[in-house]
Amino acid sequence: MNANDKRIKKILDSTKVIACVGVSSNRIRPSYFVLRYLYFKNFRVIPINPVYAGEILFGEKVLSSISEIDPEIKVDMLDIFRKSEAVLPIVEDALKHLRKLKTIWMQIGVHNEEAARLASQQGLEVVQNKCPKIEYQRLFGELRMAGFNTGVISSRLILN
Amino acid sequence: MADTESYGFDTLQIHAGARPDPTTGSRQTPIHQTTAYVFRDAEHAAALFNLQEVGYIYSRLTNPTVAVLQERIATLEGGVGGVCCSSGHAAQIMALFPLMSPGCNVVVSTRLYGGTVTQFSQTIKRFGWSAKFVDFDDLSAISEAIDENTRAIFCESIANPGGYITDLDKISEISDKALIPLIVDNTSATPYLCRPIEHGATLVVHSTTKYLTGNGTVTGGCVVDSGKFDWASSNKFPSLSEPEPAYHGLKFFETFGPLAFTFFGIAISLRDLGMTMNPQAAHYTLCGIETLSLRMDRHVDNAEKIAKWLEEDSRVEFVSYAGLKSSPYYERVKHICPRGAGGLFTFGVKGGYEACIKLVDSLEIFSHVANLGDARSLIIHSASTTHRQLTREQQEAAGAAPDTVRVSIGIESVEDLIGDLDQALAKATA
Repeated sequence: MNANDKRIKKILDSTKVIACVGVSSNRIRPSYFVLRYLYFKNFRVIPINPVYAGEILFGEKVLSSISEIDPEIKVDMLDIFRKSEAVLPIVEDALKHLRKLKTIWMQIGVHNEEAARLASQQGLEVVQNKCPKIEYQRLFGELRMAGFNTGVISSRLILN
Repeated sequence: MADTESYGFDTLQIHAGARPDPTTGSRQTPIHQTTAYVFRDAEHAAALFNLQEVGYIYSRLTNPTVAVLQERIATLEGGVGGVCCSSGHAAQIMALFPLMSPGCNVVVSTRLYGGTVTQFSQTIKRFGWSAKFVDFDDLSAISEAIDENTRAIFCESIANPGGYITDLDKISEISDKALIPLIVDNTSATPYLCRPIEHGATLVVHSTTKYLTGNGTVTGGCVVDSGKFDWASSNKFPSLSEPEPAYHGLKFFETFGPLAFTFFGIAISLRDLGMTMNPQAAHYTLCGIETLSLRMDRHVDNAEKIAKWLEEDSRVEFVSYAGLKSSPYYERVKHICPRGAGGLFTFGVKGGYEACIKLVDSLEIFSHVANLGDARSLIIHSASTTHRQLTREQQEAAGAAPDTVRVSIGIESVEDLIGDLDQALAKATA
C-alpha cells in the first residue's frame, strides 16, 4: 500500500463520527448514497442541509448548520458535498465550532486549496476530490468484488 | 485510482487482485463455480440491487474468480477497474456500448485485426452504429473524420497482423481535443510491452485469449477504464451522465465518478448483453498471466532473431516487423513499447500466394491456426483466412496482402524455429 493509501486508511480507521454538509434526502443522490453506506458501516453520521432541516435521516435529525451540532458530540470528520467555491466558509465554520475535528474531506469534484491550507495549518488531515465511500470500499476490499484496482496486495491470511 | 507504482510489474502479475482464500487459506485463487450468491438479509439484497453496496448477486454480473482477473488486468494496465467478458470481440462491444447510440460513429484505424474490421464495417451497423476507417499515420485525416456524432477513436497499439505501431501520444492529443475517448486494443502488445493509458488512452480492450492466457486454452476479453474521462463534459454520453431509468434515475458518472464506466459495464452491459466470462476461463487466464513478463521477453527475443534471419534470406521478399531497423516504425517502438515490438509480424515469400500456401503446409513446428499469442509458434496466411472477408484494398491496408504470411512467434528454442522455417522455405520456393 502506498503512503497516501496508508494515510487515508488511517483516517477512516480512526473516524467514528462524520458530519456531512450538503446531504440530500433524495435516495438516488450521491450524498444520500454515501451517507447511507457509511451509516451501515457503523459510522455515526450527522446530516447538515438547511433545505431538509428537521427531517430524520439515518437516525439523526438533519441540522441547518454546523453551529447547531451538539458540542458534546466529538465529530472526527467533516465531509463536504458542496461546490468548490462554497467550501472556505464551511471549513472556517467547522474549525470554529468542532474543536475535536481531525479531518476535512471534500468529495469528488470538490477542491479548495485555500480551505485545505487553513485546515492543514491547524493540524487537520485534508482529503480533496475523493469519496469516503469509494475509498472505504477500495481499501477494505469491497471493490475487489467488482474488479476494481484496489492497490492492495497481501499474502496474509485473514479469515472471515 | 490506486497508485500501485510501488510494486513492480512482475509482482503485480502474480499478486494483484488475489489474496489467500479467507475461509480455507487456499493460496491459489479458487474457481468459484457457482451461479448465485446468498444474501445476508433483505436489506443487503436491496442494497446490492440498488448499487448502494458492492457484492456478488449472480455470475452473469460478477464472480469472485473473474473479479480477481479483472483487478489483475486493470492493475497491470494502470486503470481504475476492469470488466471481463467472453472474448475480445465481446470486449469491443462492451467498450462501445456505453458510448454509442443509433446514428453514432467511431473513427477507427485501417490497421486492425480482420475480425475487428468486419465487426466494425458490417455487424455494428445492425445497432445503427457505424465506423469510419482512416489511415492513422495521417493525423489530419483523423481530425477531419471526427464529426458531431463521433463517440470514440479506436486503434490497436501494436496492430495485428503486425509490423505497425500506432503513435498513441499523437492520437490521444486528437481525442483529447475532440473531447471523445480513445479506445486502444492492447492485445498484441500486452501491458508488459505497452501501457496505453500512460499514452492518453481512455479505455483499453483485450482479447485475453492471446498472450495474457498464453497457451491457447480459453477465449476471453477485458475492458479496462483509465477513470480519467469526464463523461459529463458534454451531452455526448448520456448513458453515463444522464439518469438511468433501470436504476431509479441514478446517474452513473455523478454517483460513481471515476468508477462509472466499470460499474456501467457490470450493471447494464453484462446484465443485459450477457457476454460474461466464466470462472473456468478466468482460472486458466489467471494461471497464464502470472508468467506474462517472462514469456513476453522470450516472444520478443525470438521474434527479433527470426525477423533478422528472414530479412537476410534471399527467398524472402520482405519482413514487416517494427523491431527491425529497416521498419519505418522502429523509432516509434522506443516511445510506445520500449520493451519490444511484440512477437507478431508478417513476411512475404518470393513466389507470392502459391508459395505462401506451400510454406504454411510444409512447416513442422509452426502450427497453422487462426490464433496468436500462444506459447507455441503459429503461422497463418491472413488473406485466405483471418482477413478473407476483406476486400483487396482492406487487406493491403491491414498488412494482410495475398503474398504475405503472419507469424506469431512462440517461446520454443529459436534455432528450432529457424530450422523449421528454413526447410519449409526451401520447399515453398523450390
